[in-house]
Amino acid sequence: MFKQPARYSDVMLTLLVWLATLLVVGLFAWLVGDLILHGYSKLNLAFLLDVPQNAGREGGIAPILVSTLLILAVALLATLPLGLATAVYLSEYTNGALANGIRMSLNILAGVPSIVFGLFGNALFCIWLGMGFSIWSGGLTLACMMLPLFISTTESGLSAVTNEWRHGAAALGLSHTAALWQVLLPAASPAITAGLMLSIGRALAETAALIFTSGYVDRMPTSLSDSGRALSVHIYDLSMNVTGGDASAYGSALVLIITLMVISGIAVGLTNRFLSQRITLS
Amino acid sequence: MIWSRHNTSSPLRADATLARVTGSLAMAVAVLLGLVILLLIRESWGMLVDGGWVRFFDSEGWYPQRGQFDLLPMLWATLAASLGALLIALPLGMMSAVFSRFYAPGWMVSSLRRVMMLLAGIPSVVYGLWGLTVLVPLIAQWEPPGASLLAAILILALMVLPTVALTSEAALAAVSPASLQGAAALGLSRKGIVLGVALPEARAGIMTGALLAALRALGETMAVLMVAGNVVQTPGSVFDSVRVLTANIALEMPYAIGDHRAALFATGLMLMLIVTLLSWLAGRREELAHV
Repeated sequence: MFKQPARYSDVMLTLLVWLATLLVVGLFAWLVGDLILHGYSKLNLAFLLDVPQNAGREGGIAPILVSTLLILAVALLATLPLGLATAVYLSEYTNGALANGIRMSLNILAGVPSIVFGLFGNALFCIWLGMGFSIWSGGLTLACMMLPLFISTTESGLSAVTNEWRHGAAALGLSHTAALWQVLLPAASPAITAGLMLSIGRALAETAALIFTSGYVDRMPTSLSDSGRALSVHIYDLSMNVTGGDASAYGSALVLIITLMVISGIAVGLTNRFLSQRITLS
Repeated sequence: MIWSRHNTSSPLRADATLARVTGSLAMAVAVLLGLVILLLIRESWGMLVDGGWVRFFDSEGWYPQRGQFDLLPMLWATLAASLGALLIALPLGMMSAVFSRFYAPGWMVSSLRRVMMLLAGIPSVVYGLWGLTVLVPLIAQWEPPGASLLAAILILALMVLPTVALTSEAALAAVSPASLQGAAALGLSRKGIVLGVALPEARAGIMTGALLAALRALGETMAVLMVAGNVVQTPGSVFDSVRVLTANIALEMPYAIGDHRAALFATGLMLMLIVTLLSWLAGRREELAHV
């Protein structure tokens, strides 16, 4: 398709495009290399299982990991039912103005800066509903942030299921509910999984929305009403407010990135197994 | 629609219940946006009524304790950082997208996309950490203090680069093969095809990507907060320390009370308006592109 004698301007563009890509990849390698280089020494079991000492300069990140997972669990507990129900409603029960209205508001929500969600969560959960700085507040704030992403991916997955499946289920006498559980949701599982993965990634990466909802306290949380410091907030605090905390910050950053990868892997595996079982059993 | 006529063997009550349950949950989600806006307005009401909002633009600087709430320097800093980041990320991202569509050897395409996905998935606070410990000292050697508008621009550019690259690549992939083959048949060089056919045809998609990148840059808090130095001033050069609107909220929210707190919520409202306008524009562009 592109067999042409090379000309000067052609060579220039080729060179430019290669250089740009090399620059991008080089920057990426620099960033990841630095993370591994500075964080590697911290990456051991003691770091994961110890409590932070001396404002986090020494010791580990155990309570922070627990808080992070609890915040994530609260967020998922709220996001999954709400998100799935909304996606099902949008794709299966309604169309026209109402559905478009819901979609538009979700689109706008998806672009709202996380710091604004932080303000919202602080006003609604911490103060209005009296939850204070707590894992509840942080998790619910995160849920509000994750919903648009989760709903749009799930809905597009459900819409992508061809009508033949619906016809087939109807012809077999399945109720709409049964068809949804046994056919449509399993068929849409890759999209739902992908949405879940993206949402978890967004939640774990979030800092700004958590600073004044789940707070700064780095003790081991004893209940969901305790304030808990998320891993990302820990990295922020170590690098900005603690002189000499850079090594621990890099260690935590490396742990965060590895956790991001592992959790998304587990989520994919579990969802696939769960939903493929349903489709073979039915 | 397929189940519009009830079939005798189906447990109809379950279907009706499901519709009601999902419908009411969907309504709850739908009012979320309204709730966010309402709460922001409610919390900032004290600063908005009775011409109070004028204080955001004609005060003598940002001194919340003395009732001076000038947001303009931070607004300029926000715009300068986002615009600068776009100016760097847009050409770089477009070129790397052109590379993977038209120049890259086959085996590089998927690994390049994986690199972009990974870059997109790195948390903003990690970008901030890297910027603070690597980029800022480098800039400080060149022109102190280092924590500056330039550092913010560079970090933001790196952060929005994957957005630009991935959307541009998708837009280029959607260019019809017929026009590419036609151009090749006419004897256009690869440069001619890329610049004359592919990029113009993908323009709408690339612009949408640029808008999304702008959204991300404007709303970014942590990375900018960590590298920009956070001095409230109108940026005179790229080496000046600046404070952006989002960083201001994050820095002062923990201790703000009264009018100060209301001013921060008003800042949030302002960001929300800018962002809503941009996402509406992006949505419109997408609709136009589909017509």
